[in-house]
Amino acid sequence: MTVDSNHDLDSQIAEWRSYVHRRRELHYTDVEELEDHLRSRITELTEAGLRADEAFLIAVKRMGSLDELSREFAREHSERLWKQLMLPGEPDLPAARSRRELPVMVICAAVAALAIKVPSLFGLNLDDEGAFYLSNLSFFALPPLAAYFVWQRRLSPRVIGALAGLFILGAVAANAYPLADDSQSLVLTAIHLPIALWLVVGVAYVGGEWRSQRRRMDFIRFTGEWLIYFVLIALGGGVLTAFTVGTFRAIGVDAETFIQSWLLPCGAMAAVVVAAWLVEAKQSVIENMAPVLTRVFTPLFAVALLAFLVGIIWTNNGIDVERDALILFDLLLVIVLGLLLYAISARDPAARPVLFDRLQLVLVVIALIIDVFVLVAITGRITQWGFSPNKTAALGENLILLTNLAWSSWLFFGFVRNRMPFARLEQWQTRYIIVYFVWAWTVVLAFPPVFGFA
Amino acid sequence: MHITKDLVAASAMPLVLGILTEGESYGYAILKQVNDLSGGQLEWTDGLLYPLLHRLERLGHVESAWETPPAGRRRKYYRITDQGRAELAEQRRQWATVVDALQGVWSTSQSIKLIKAPAWESAG
Repeated sequence: MTVDSNHDLDSQIAEWRSYVHRRRELHYTDVEELEDHLRSRITELTEAGLRADEAFLIAVKRMGSLDELSREFAREHSERLWKQLMLPGEPDLPAARSRRELPVMVICAAVAALAIKVPSLFGLNLDDEGAFYLSNLSFFALPPLAAYFVWQRRLSPRVIGALAGLFILGAVAANAYPLADDSQSLVLTAIHLPIALWLVVGVAYVGGEWRSQRRRMDFIRFTGEWLIYFVLIALGGGVLTAFTVGTFRAIGVDAETFIQSWLLPCGAMAAVVVAAWLVEAKQSVIENMAPVLTRVFTPLFAVALLAFLVGIIWTNNGIDVERDALILFDLLLVIVLGLLLYAISARDPAARPVLFDRLQLVLVVIALIIDVFVLVAITGRITQWGFSPNKTAALGENLILLTNLAWSSWLFFGFVRNRMPFARLEQWQTRYIIVYFVWAWTVVLAFPPVFGFA
Repeated sequence: MHITKDLVAASAMPLVLGILTEGESYGYAILKQVNDLSGGQLEWTDGLLYPLLHRLERLGHVESAWETPPAGRRRKYYRITDQGRAELAEQRRQWATVVDALQGVWSTSQSIKLIKAPAWESAG
Protein backbone atom coordinates (compact mmCIF):
# COMPACT_ATOMS: atom_id res chain seq x y z
CA MET A 1 0.00 0.00 0.00
CA THR A 2 1.37 3.42 -0.85
CA VAL A 3 1.38 6.36 1.51
CA ASP A 4 -1.25 8.02 -0.66
CA SER A 5 -3.74 5.18 -0.54
CA ASN A 6 -3.12 4.91 3.19
CA HIS A 7 -4.12 8.52 3.54
CA ASP A 8 -7.22 7.94 1.40
CA LEU A 9 -8.18 4.98 3.52
CA ASP A 10 -7.85 6.98 6.73
CA SER A 11 -10.07 9.71 5.42
CA GLN A 12 -12.60 7.13 4.20
CA ILE A 13 -12.63 5.49 7.61
CA ALA A 14 -12.96 8.87 9.30
CA GLU A 15 -15.97 9.57 7.11
CA TRP A 16 -17.49 6.21 7.98
CA ARG A 17 -16.89 6.86 11.65
CA SER A 18 -18.60 10.23 11.62
CA TYR A 19 -21.52 8.63 9.78
CA VAL A 20 -21.82 5.88 12.38
CA HIS A 21 -21.46 8.38 15.22
CA ARG A 22 -24.77 9.91 14.28
CA ARG A 23 -26.51 6.85 15.69
CA ARG A 24 -26.92 7.52 19.36
CA GLU A 25 -27.37 3.79 20.05
CA LEU A 26 -23.68 3.43 19.25
CA HIS A 27 -21.36 4.89 21.80
CA TYR A 28 -17.88 6.14 21.18
CA THR A 29 -16.23 2.93 22.41
CA ASP A 30 -18.55 0.79 20.28
CA VAL A 31 -17.55 2.72 17.20
CA GLU A 32 -13.91 2.33 18.17
CA GLU A 33 -14.40 -1.40 18.48
CA LEU A 34 -16.16 -1.56 15.13
CA GLU A 35 -13.43 0.53 13.53
CA ASP A 36 -10.82 -1.90 14.80
CA HIS A 37 -12.82 -4.67 13.17
CA LEU A 38 -13.12 -2.72 9.94
CA ARG A 39 -9.39 -2.09 9.82
CA SER A 40 -8.58 -5.75 10.53
CA ARG A 41 -10.88 -6.80 7.69
CA ILE A 42 -9.34 -4.25 5.33
CA THR A 43 -5.82 -5.38 6.20
CA GLU A 44 -6.74 -8.96 5.45
CA LEU A 45 -8.36 -8.06 2.16
CA THR A 46 -5.49 -5.88 0.98
CA GLU A 47 -3.01 -8.61 1.90
CA ALA A 48 -5.07 -10.90 -0.33
CA GLY A 49 -4.37 -8.47 -3.18
CA LEU A 50 -7.29 -6.05 -3.18
CA ARG A 51 -6.85 -2.30 -3.57
CA ALA A 52 -7.46 -0.24 -0.44
CA ASP A 53 -10.69 1.36 -1.65
CA GLU A 54 -12.10 -1.99 -2.79
CA ALA A 55 -11.19 -3.53 0.54
CA PHE A 56 -12.89 -0.65 2.32
CA LEU A 57 -16.13 -1.12 0.39
CA ILE A 58 -16.22 -4.85 1.06
CA ALA A 59 -15.38 -4.40 4.73
CA VAL A 60 -18.16 -1.85 5.20
CA LYS A 61 -20.60 -4.07 3.36
CA ARG A 62 -19.72 -7.06 5.51
CA MET A 63 -20.21 -4.97 8.63
CA GLY A 64 -23.91 -5.06 7.85
CA SER A 65 -26.43 -2.30 7.35
CA LEU A 66 -26.21 0.47 9.87
CA ASP A 67 -29.94 0.29 10.56
CA GLU A 68 -29.73 -3.37 11.50
CA LEU A 69 -26.63 -2.74 13.54
CA SER A 70 -28.08 0.10 15.54
CA ARG A 71 -31.27 -1.91 16.06
CA GLU A 72 -29.25 -4.73 17.58
CA PHE A 73 -27.24 -2.32 19.70
CA ALA A 74 -30.46 -0.66 20.82
CA ARG A 75 -31.90 -4.04 21.81
CA GLU A 76 -28.84 -4.77 23.89
CA HIS A 77 -28.41 -1.26 25.30
CA SER A 78 -32.00 -0.06 25.59
CA GLU A 79 -30.94 2.38 28.29
CA ARG A 80 -29.17 4.42 25.64
CA LEU A 81 -32.45 5.44 24.13
CA TRP A 82 -33.14 7.15 27.42
CA LYS A 83 -30.47 9.74 27.57
CA GLN A 84 -28.91 9.65 30.98
CA LEU A 85 -27.93 13.11 32.01
CA MET A 86 -26.17 12.23 35.22
CA LEU A 87 -23.79 9.74 33.62
CA PRO A 88 -20.35 11.15 33.04
CA GLY A 89 -20.00 12.64 29.60
CA GLU A 90 -18.82 10.46 26.78
CA PRO A 91 -15.06 10.26 26.53
CA ASP A 92 -15.09 11.95 23.13
CA LEU A 93 -16.27 15.17 24.71
CA PRO A 94 -13.01 16.28 26.23
CA ALA A 95 -11.91 19.58 27.76
CA ALA A 96 -10.82 19.86 31.34
CA ARG A 97 -13.33 22.67 31.60
CA SER A 98 -16.33 20.38 31.33
CA ARG A 99 -14.88 18.26 34.13
CA ARG A 100 -14.72 21.33 36.34
CA GLU A 101 -18.23 22.28 35.32
CA LEU A 102 -19.89 20.29 38.10
CA PRO A 103 -17.67 21.49 40.98
CA VAL A 104 -18.02 25.12 39.86
CA MET A 105 -21.78 24.74 39.70
CA VAL A 106 -21.82 23.17 43.18
CA ILE A 107 -19.75 26.05 44.55
CA CYS A 108 -22.07 28.64 42.99
CA ALA A 109 -25.12 26.80 44.36
CA ALA A 110 -23.52 26.60 47.80
CA VAL A 111 -22.75 30.32 47.74
CA ALA A 112 -26.37 31.01 46.82
CA ALA A 113 -27.61 28.73 49.60
CA LEU A 114 -25.35 30.31 52.22
CA ALA A 115 -25.93 33.87 51.01
CA ILE A 116 -29.50 33.85 52.24
CA LYS A 117 -28.24 33.04 55.74
CA VAL A 118 -25.68 35.87 55.80
CA PRO A 119 -28.12 38.66 56.81
CA SER A 120 -29.16 36.68 59.90
CA LEU A 121 -25.55 36.94 61.09
CA PHE A 122 -26.21 40.66 61.35
CA GLY A 123 -29.43 40.17 63.24
CA LEU A 124 -31.79 40.33 60.27
CA ASN A 125 -33.88 37.22 60.82
CA LEU A 126 -36.12 35.77 58.18
CA ASP A 127 -39.13 35.81 60.48
CA ASP A 128 -38.96 39.46 61.62
CA GLU A 129 -37.45 41.22 58.63
CA GLY A 130 -39.83 40.03 55.92
CA ALA A 131 -39.64 43.33 54.03
CA PHE A 132 -35.86 43.19 53.81
CA TYR A 133 -35.89 39.64 52.44
CA LEU A 134 -38.77 40.44 50.09
CA SER A 135 -36.96 43.26 48.32
CA ASN A 136 -33.53 41.60 48.40
CA LEU A 137 -34.55 38.08 47.44
CA SER A 138 -32.87 38.28 44.05
CA PHE A 139 -29.48 39.18 45.52
CA PHE A 140 -28.90 35.80 47.10
CA ALA A 141 -29.16 33.51 44.09
CA LEU A 142 -28.81 35.66 40.98
CA PRO A 143 -25.24 36.95 41.52
CA PRO A 144 -23.89 33.38 41.99
CA LEU A 145 -25.86 32.35 38.91
CA ALA A 146 -24.38 35.24 36.93
CA ALA A 147 -20.95 34.30 38.29
CA TYR A 148 -21.43 30.76 37.02
CA PHE A 149 -22.13 32.06 33.53
CA VAL A 150 -19.24 34.50 33.78
CA TRP A 151 -16.96 31.55 34.47
CA GLN A 152 -18.56 29.30 31.91
CA ARG A 153 -18.65 31.83 29.07
CA ARG A 154 -15.26 33.37 29.98
CA LEU A 155 -16.66 36.87 29.90
CA SER A 156 -14.46 39.87 29.36
CA PRO A 157 -13.72 42.22 32.28
CA ARG A 158 -15.81 44.92 30.61
CA VAL A 159 -18.95 42.77 30.66
CA ILE A 160 -18.21 41.64 34.20
CA GLY A 161 -17.94 45.29 35.20
CA ALA A 162 -21.27 46.11 33.56
CA LEU A 163 -22.94 43.16 35.30
CA ALA A 164 -21.52 44.13 38.68
CA GLY A 165 -22.62 47.74 38.12
CA LEU A 166 -26.20 46.70 37.36
CA PHE A 167 -26.35 44.43 40.41
CA ILE A 168 -25.08 47.23 42.62
CA LEU A 169 -27.59 49.64 41.08
CA GLY A 170 -30.34 47.16 41.91
CA ALA A 171 -29.09 46.73 45.45
CA VAL A 172 -29.09 50.49 45.96
CA ALA A 173 -32.61 50.83 44.57
CA ALA A 174 -33.89 48.02 46.79
CA ASN A 175 -32.41 49.39 49.99
CA ALA A 176 -31.75 53.12 49.71
CA TYR A 177 -35.36 54.25 49.17
CA PRO A 178 -37.25 54.82 52.42
CA LEU A 179 -40.12 52.40 51.70
CA ALA A 180 -42.56 51.47 54.43
CA ASP A 181 -43.06 47.76 55.07
CA ASP A 182 -46.65 47.92 53.88
CA SER A 183 -46.09 50.27 50.92
CA GLN A 184 -47.18 49.33 47.41
CA SER A 185 -43.78 50.32 46.05
CA LEU A 186 -42.08 47.69 48.19
CA VAL A 187 -44.21 44.95 46.65
CA LEU A 188 -43.61 46.38 43.18
CA THR A 189 -39.85 46.38 43.76
CA ALA A 190 -40.06 42.82 45.06
CA ILE A 191 -41.78 41.75 41.83
CA HIS A 192 -39.82 43.82 39.32
CA LEU A 193 -36.29 43.64 40.68
CA PRO A 194 -36.02 39.86 40.07
CA ILE A 195 -37.21 40.43 36.48
CA ALA A 196 -34.74 43.27 35.98
CA LEU A 197 -31.87 41.23 37.41
CA TRP A 198 -32.92 38.08 35.57
CA LEU A 199 -32.43 40.04 32.33
CA VAL A 200 -29.03 41.11 33.68
CA VAL A 201 -28.25 37.42 34.20
CA GLY A 202 -29.36 37.08 30.59
CA VAL A 203 -26.51 39.35 29.53
CA ALA A 204 -24.14 36.92 31.24
CA TYR A 205 -25.97 33.97 29.72
CA VAL A 206 -25.52 35.21 26.17
CA GLY A 207 -21.83 35.74 26.88
CA GLY A 208 -22.11 39.50 26.60
CA GLU A 209 -23.50 39.33 23.06
CA TRP A 210 -26.77 40.86 24.11
CA ARG A 211 -27.23 42.49 20.74
CA SER A 212 -27.39 39.17 18.94
CA GLN A 213 -30.99 38.21 18.17
CA ARG A 214 -30.14 34.50 18.03
CA ARG A 215 -28.56 34.59 21.45
CA ARG A 216 -31.52 36.45 22.86
CA MET A 217 -33.74 33.67 21.57
CA ASP A 218 -31.45 31.21 23.33
CA PHE A 219 -32.01 33.11 26.52
CA ILE A 220 -35.78 32.92 26.05
CA ARG A 221 -35.48 29.16 25.59
CA PHE A 222 -33.24 28.97 28.62
CA THR A 223 -35.73 30.90 30.74
CA GLY A 224 -38.59 28.55 29.87
CA GLU A 225 -36.59 25.41 30.54
CA TRP A 226 -35.16 26.88 33.72
CA LEU A 227 -38.64 27.56 35.04
CA ILE A 228 -39.70 23.97 34.35
CA TYR A 229 -36.64 22.55 36.05
CA PHE A 230 -37.05 24.85 39.00
CA VAL A 231 -40.64 23.70 39.46
CA LEU A 232 -39.55 20.06 39.22
CA ILE A 233 -36.85 20.60 41.83
CA ALA A 234 -39.38 22.41 44.02
CA LEU A 235 -41.72 19.41 43.79
CA GLY A 236 -38.89 17.10 44.81
CA GLY A 237 -38.06 19.50 47.63
CA GLY A 238 -41.67 19.32 48.79
CA VAL A 239 -41.47 15.54 49.04
CA LEU A 240 -38.17 15.81 50.92
CA THR A 241 -39.69 18.33 53.33
CA ALA A 242 -42.76 16.21 53.98
CA PHE A 243 -40.66 13.16 54.73
CA THR A 244 -38.24 15.05 56.94
CA VAL A 245 -41.04 16.51 59.03
CA GLY A 246 -42.89 13.20 59.23
CA THR A 247 -39.96 10.97 60.10
CA PHE A 248 -38.55 13.34 62.70
CA ARG A 249 -41.96 13.72 64.28
CA ALA A 250 -42.05 9.95 64.60
CA ILE A 251 -39.04 10.10 66.91
CA GLY A 252 -40.39 13.09 68.77
CA VAL A 253 -38.11 15.75 67.23
CA ASP A 254 -39.61 18.89 65.74
CA ALA A 255 -37.83 19.55 62.43
CA GLU A 256 -40.06 22.39 61.33
CA THR A 257 -37.80 25.17 62.57
CA PHE A 258 -34.86 23.67 60.71
CA ILE A 259 -36.93 23.34 57.56
CA GLN A 260 -38.31 26.86 57.72
CA SER A 261 -35.06 28.61 58.46
CA TRP A 262 -32.61 26.37 56.57
CA LEU A 263 -33.94 23.74 54.22
CA LEU A 264 -36.53 25.84 52.39
CA PRO A 265 -34.63 29.13 51.92
CA CYS A 266 -31.22 27.57 51.25
CA GLY A 267 -32.72 24.87 49.06
CA ALA A 268 -34.68 27.36 46.98
CA MET A 269 -31.62 29.55 46.42
CA ALA A 270 -29.41 26.60 45.45
CA ALA A 271 -32.16 25.31 43.16
CA VAL A 272 -31.91 28.53 41.10
CA VAL A 273 -28.32 27.66 40.17
CA VAL A 274 -28.86 23.92 39.90
CA ALA A 275 -31.84 24.37 37.57
CA ALA A 276 -29.76 26.65 35.34
CA TRP A 277 -26.96 24.11 35.24
CA LEU A 278 -29.41 21.34 34.40
CA VAL A 279 -30.78 23.33 31.48
CA GLU A 280 -27.27 23.95 30.18
CA ALA A 281 -26.15 20.37 30.68
CA LYS A 282 -29.12 18.73 29.02
CA GLN A 283 -29.93 21.25 26.31
CA SER A 284 -28.61 19.04 23.54
CA VAL A 285 -29.55 15.81 25.26
CA ILE A 286 -33.24 15.98 25.99
CA GLU A 287 -35.99 17.59 24.04
CA ASN A 288 -36.97 20.98 25.41
CA MET A 289 -40.09 20.76 27.51
CA ALA A 290 -41.43 24.31 27.19
CA PRO A 291 -42.37 23.93 23.49
CA VAL A 292 -44.01 20.58 24.24
CA LEU A 293 -46.15 22.12 26.99
CA THR A 294 -46.93 24.97 24.62
CA ARG A 295 -48.27 22.54 22.05
CA VAL A 296 -50.46 20.89 24.64
CA PHE A 297 -51.82 24.06 26.21
CA THR A 298 -52.26 26.40 23.24
CA PRO A 299 -55.48 24.69 22.07
CA LEU A 300 -56.76 24.41 25.63
CA PHE A 301 -56.15 28.07 26.39
CA ALA A 302 -57.67 29.05 23.06
CA VAL A 303 -60.85 27.16 23.93
CA ALA A 304 -60.97 28.55 27.48
CA LEU A 305 -60.50 32.14 26.32
CA LEU A 306 -63.01 31.73 23.54
CA ALA A 307 -65.54 30.44 26.07
CA PHE A 308 -64.79 33.43 28.29
CA LEU A 309 -65.24 35.85 25.40
CA VAL A 310 -68.55 34.25 24.42
CA GLY A 311 -69.53 34.47 28.09
CA ILE A 312 -68.88 38.22 28.20
CA ILE A 313 -70.93 38.86 25.10
CA TRP A 314 -73.72 36.39 25.95
CA THR A 315 -74.35 37.54 29.51
CA ASN A 316 -73.56 41.15 28.68
CA ASN A 317 -71.89 41.36 32.10
CA GLY A 318 -69.15 43.93 32.36
CA ILE A 319 -65.84 42.71 33.70
CA ASP A 320 -65.58 43.32 37.42
CA VAL A 321 -62.45 45.43 37.61
CA GLU A 322 -62.03 45.28 41.35
CA ARG A 323 -58.60 45.26 42.94
CA ASP A 324 -56.91 42.24 41.44
CA ALA A 325 -58.67 42.03 38.09
CA LEU A 326 -56.05 43.99 36.19
CA ILE A 327 -53.22 41.89 37.57
CA LEU A 328 -55.15 38.74 36.69
CA PHE A 329 -55.51 39.88 33.10
CA ASP A 330 -51.87 40.95 33.00
CA LEU A 331 -50.97 37.41 33.97
CA LEU A 332 -53.30 36.09 31.29
CA LEU A 333 -51.45 38.15 28.70
CA VAL A 334 -48.14 36.90 30.09
CA ILE A 335 -49.35 33.32 29.61
CA VAL A 336 -50.53 33.99 26.07
CA LEU A 337 -47.24 35.69 25.32
CA GLY A 338 -45.40 32.74 26.86
CA LEU A 339 -47.32 30.30 24.68
CA LEU A 340 -46.45 32.41 21.67
CA LEU A 341 -42.78 32.76 22.63
CA TYR A 342 -42.18 29.09 23.23
CA ALA A 343 -43.99 28.09 20.10
CA ILE A 344 -41.71 30.50 18.23
CA SER A 345 -38.62 29.28 20.05
CA ALA A 346 -39.03 25.73 18.80
CA ARG A 347 -40.21 26.54 15.32
CA ASP A 348 -38.21 26.08 12.18
CA PRO A 349 -38.31 29.59 10.71
CA ALA A 350 -38.34 28.19 7.18
CA ALA A 351 -41.36 25.91 7.66
CA ARG A 352 -44.68 26.79 6.02
CA PRO A 353 -47.63 27.84 8.18
CA VAL A 354 -49.63 24.91 9.54
CA LEU A 355 -52.89 24.52 11.43
CA PHE A 356 -51.15 25.03 14.77
CA ASP A 357 -49.99 28.49 13.66
CA ARG A 358 -53.56 29.49 12.84
CA LEU A 359 -54.65 28.24 16.25
CA GLN A 360 -51.93 30.33 17.82
CA LEU A 361 -53.11 33.38 15.92
CA VAL A 362 -56.68 32.77 17.09
CA LEU A 363 -55.46 32.52 20.69
CA VAL A 364 -53.56 35.80 20.45
CA VAL A 365 -56.46 37.63 18.82
CA ILE A 366 -58.97 36.42 21.44
CA ALA A 367 -56.61 37.49 24.21
CA LEU A 368 -56.34 40.92 22.58
CA ILE A 369 -60.09 41.36 22.34
CA ILE A 370 -60.56 40.35 25.97
CA ASP A 371 -57.84 42.74 27.02
CA VAL A 372 -59.48 45.63 25.20
CA PHE A 373 -62.64 44.99 27.24
CA VAL A 374 -60.54 45.01 30.40
CA LEU A 375 -58.76 48.23 29.46
CA VAL A 376 -62.01 50.02 28.70
CA ALA A 377 -63.32 49.01 32.10
CA ILE A 378 -60.14 49.95 33.96
CA THR A 379 -59.74 53.36 32.37
CA GLY A 380 -63.00 54.42 33.98
CA ARG A 381 -61.70 53.32 37.37
CA ILE A 382 -58.42 55.15 37.05
CA THR A 383 -59.95 58.43 35.92
CA GLN A 384 -62.22 58.13 38.95
CA TRP A 385 -59.60 57.28 41.60
CA GLY A 386 -56.31 58.55 40.19
CA PHE A 387 -53.01 56.77 39.78
CA SER A 388 -51.49 54.64 42.50
CA PRO A 389 -48.15 52.82 42.03
CA ASN A 390 -49.94 49.46 41.74
CA LYS A 391 -52.45 50.64 39.18
CA THR A 392 -49.83 52.47 37.13
CA ALA A 393 -47.58 49.43 37.07
CA ALA A 394 -50.42 47.08 36.20
CA LEU A 395 -51.66 49.42 33.49
CA GLY A 396 -48.16 49.95 32.09
CA GLU A 397 -47.58 46.23 31.92
CA ASN A 398 -50.88 45.70 30.26
CA LEU A 399 -50.04 48.25 27.58
CA ILE A 400 -46.60 46.76 27.01
CA LEU A 401 -48.01 43.27 26.58
CA LEU A 402 -50.88 44.55 24.49
CA THR A 403 -48.52 46.33 22.12
CA ASN A 404 -46.39 43.22 21.80
CA LEU A 405 -49.34 40.93 21.13
CA ALA A 406 -51.05 43.35 18.77
CA TRP A 407 -48.01 43.71 16.56
CA SER A 408 -47.29 39.97 16.90
CA SER A 409 -50.75 39.10 15.68
CA TRP A 410 -50.29 41.47 12.72
CA LEU A 411 -46.98 39.79 11.82
CA PHE A 412 -48.52 36.40 12.45
CA PHE A 413 -51.44 37.24 10.20
CA GLY A 414 -49.01 38.17 7.44
CA PHE A 415 -47.14 34.94 7.96
CA VAL A 416 -50.24 32.74 7.89
CA ARG A 417 -51.20 34.38 4.61
CA ASN A 418 -47.71 33.73 3.28
CA ARG A 419 -47.02 37.44 3.00
CA MET A 420 -44.24 37.66 5.56
CA PRO A 421 -41.37 35.43 6.64
CA PHE A 422 -41.64 33.89 10.07
CA ALA A 423 -38.30 35.37 11.06
CA ARG A 424 -39.95 38.81 11.32
CA LEU A 425 -42.07 37.58 14.22
CA GLU A 426 -39.07 36.03 15.89
CA GLN A 427 -37.11 39.25 15.50
CA TRP A 428 -39.93 41.32 16.91
CA GLN A 429 -40.01 39.18 20.04
CA THR A 430 -36.28 39.20 20.61
CA ARG A 431 -36.07 42.96 20.04
CA TYR A 432 -38.92 43.53 22.47
CA ILE A 433 -36.90 42.10 25.35
CA ILE A 434 -35.28 45.49 25.67
CA VAL A 435 -38.71 46.96 26.47
CA TYR A 436 -39.14 44.56 29.39
CA PHE A 437 -35.66 45.46 30.56
CA VAL A 438 -36.33 49.19 30.49
CA TRP A 439 -39.76 48.82 32.11
CA ALA A 440 -38.58 46.57 34.96
CA TRP A 441 -35.75 48.96 35.78
CA THR A 442 -38.07 51.95 35.53
CA VAL A 443 -40.45 50.44 38.06
CA VAL A 444 -37.56 49.63 40.40
CA LEU A 445 -35.69 52.92 40.06
CA ALA A 446 -38.22 55.59 39.17
CA PHE A 447 -41.54 54.53 40.67
CA PRO A 448 -40.70 54.97 44.37
CA PRO A 449 -39.55 58.63 44.04
CA VAL A 450 -42.28 59.48 41.51
CA PHE A 451 -45.03 58.22 43.81
CA GLY A 452 -43.49 59.69 46.95
CA PHE A 453 -42.46 56.26 48.32
CA ALA A 454 -46.09 55.29 48.73
CA MET B 1 -25.35 -23.69 1.42
CA HIS B 2 -27.22 -20.96 3.21
CA ILE B 3 -27.79 -21.40 6.94
CA THR B 4 -30.95 -19.70 8.15
CA LYS B 5 -30.80 -16.65 10.36
CA ASP B 6 -32.48 -18.32 13.32
CA LEU B 7 -30.01 -21.14 13.36
CA VAL B 8 -27.07 -18.75 13.12
CA ALA B 9 -28.49 -16.72 16.01
CA ALA B 10 -29.09 -19.80 18.17
CA SER B 11 -25.61 -21.20 17.67
CA ALA B 12 -23.80 -17.88 18.02
CA MET B 13 -23.66 -17.79 21.80
CA PRO B 14 -22.20 -21.30 22.38
CA LEU B 15 -19.78 -20.75 19.50
CA VAL B 16 -18.44 -17.50 20.93
CA LEU B 17 -18.22 -18.90 24.46
CA GLY B 18 -16.53 -22.02 23.16
CA ILE B 19 -13.93 -20.04 21.24
CA LEU B 20 -13.23 -17.91 24.30
CA THR B 21 -12.50 -21.01 26.46
CA GLU B 22 -9.29 -21.33 24.44
CA GLY B 23 -8.10 -17.96 25.69
CA GLU B 24 -8.97 -14.27 25.47
CA SER B 25 -9.70 -12.88 22.04
CA TYR B 26 -11.17 -9.92 20.20
CA GLY B 27 -14.08 -9.51 17.83
CA TYR B 28 -12.35 -9.92 14.50
CA ALA B 29 -10.33 -12.97 15.62
CA ILE B 30 -13.48 -14.63 17.00
CA LEU B 31 -15.23 -14.09 13.70
CA LYS B 32 -12.29 -15.55 11.77
CA GLN B 33 -12.33 -18.58 13.97
CA VAL B 34 -16.06 -19.12 13.50
CA ASN B 35 -15.41 -18.94 9.78
CA ASP B 36 -12.59 -21.49 9.97
CA LEU B 37 -14.53 -23.86 12.21
CA SER B 38 -17.50 -23.94 9.89
CA GLY B 39 -15.38 -24.18 6.78
CA GLY B 40 -16.72 -20.83 5.66
CA GLN B 41 -20.35 -22.05 5.78
CA LEU B 42 -21.46 -20.04 8.81
CA GLU B 43 -21.80 -16.46 7.57
CA TRP B 44 -22.27 -13.78 10.16
CA THR B 45 -22.90 -10.15 9.50
CA ASP B 46 -19.69 -8.80 10.98
CA GLY B 47 -21.18 -5.98 13.00
CA LEU B 48 -23.75 -8.13 14.77
CA LEU B 49 -21.08 -10.01 16.70
CA TYR B 50 -20.54 -6.97 18.90
CA PRO B 51 -24.04 -6.58 20.33
CA LEU B 52 -23.79 -10.30 21.17
CA LEU B 53 -20.47 -9.83 22.93
CA HIS B 54 -21.92 -6.91 24.85
CA ARG B 55 -24.87 -9.02 25.90
CA LEU B 56 -22.59 -11.81 27.13
CA GLU B 57 -20.66 -9.20 29.06
CA ARG B 58 -23.79 -7.77 30.63
CA LEU B 59 -24.92 -11.26 31.65
CA GLY B 60 -21.50 -11.81 33.22
CA HIS B 61 -20.45 -14.67 30.92
CA VAL B 62 -17.46 -12.74 29.62
CA GLU B 63 -15.45 -9.75 30.77
CA SER B 64 -13.65 -7.26 28.61
CA ALA B 65 -10.65 -4.98 28.75
CA TRP B 66 -9.10 -2.51 26.35
CA GLU B 67 -5.50 -3.35 25.63
CA THR B 68 -2.94 -1.52 23.56
CA PRO B 69 -0.13 -3.62 22.15
CA PRO B 70 3.29 -1.86 21.96
CA ALA B 71 2.93 -1.19 18.25
CA GLY B 72 -0.69 -1.23 17.33
CA ARG B 73 -4.09 0.24 17.95
CA ARG B 74 -6.27 -0.06 21.00
CA ARG B 75 -8.33 -3.22 20.93
CA LYS B 76 -11.07 -4.63 23.14
CA TYR B 77 -10.33 -8.16 24.39
CA TYR B 78 -12.91 -10.52 25.79
CA ARG B 79 -12.26 -13.23 28.34
CA ILE B 80 -14.65 -15.96 29.52
CA THR B 81 -15.65 -16.02 33.20
CA ASP B 82 -16.40 -19.01 35.42
CA GLN B 83 -20.05 -18.25 35.03
CA GLY B 84 -19.52 -18.25 31.26
CA ARG B 85 -17.93 -21.71 31.43
CA ALA B 86 -20.89 -23.02 33.43
CA GLU B 87 -23.23 -21.49 30.86
CA LEU B 88 -21.30 -23.11 28.04
CA ALA B 89 -21.53 -26.52 29.76
CA GLU B 90 -25.28 -26.04 30.12
CA GLN B 91 -25.65 -25.00 26.48
CA ARG B 92 -23.60 -27.97 25.44
CA ARG B 93 -25.97 -30.33 27.23
CA GLN B 94 -28.92 -28.66 25.54
CA TRP B 95 -27.35 -28.84 22.10
CA ALA B 96 -26.44 -32.51 22.66
CA THR B 97 -30.09 -33.24 23.40
CA VAL B 98 -31.22 -31.36 20.30
CA VAL B 99 -28.63 -33.09 18.10
CA ASP B 100 -29.60 -36.50 19.50
CA ALA B 101 -33.25 -35.83 18.81
CA LEU B 102 -32.46 -34.62 15.32
CA GLN B 103 -30.36 -37.68 14.62
CA GLY B 104 -33.31 -39.81 15.68
CA VAL B 105 -35.50 -37.87 13.26
CA TRP B 106 -33.00 -38.15 10.41
CA SER B 107 -32.82 -41.93 10.75
CA THR B 108 -36.62 -42.37 10.77
CA SER B 109 -37.23 -39.83 8.01
CA GLN B 110 -34.57 -41.58 5.96
CA SER B 111 -36.71 -44.72 6.00
CA ILE B 112 -39.89 -42.76 5.27
CA LYS B 113 -38.25 -41.12 2.32
CA LEU B 114 -37.10 -44.52 1.04
CA ILE B 115 -40.62 -45.89 1.17
CA LYS B 116 -42.33 -42.83 -0.26
CA ALA B 117 -39.94 -42.02 -3.05
CA PRO B 118 -41.15 -44.64 -5.53
CA ALA B 119 -44.78 -43.68 -4.88
CA TRP B 120 -44.04 -40.08 -5.99
CA GLU B 121 -42.32 -41.28 -9.07
CA SER B 122 -45.25 -43.37 -10.13
CA ALA B 123 -47.67 -40.55 -9.41
CA GLY B 124 -45.60 -38.09 -11.44
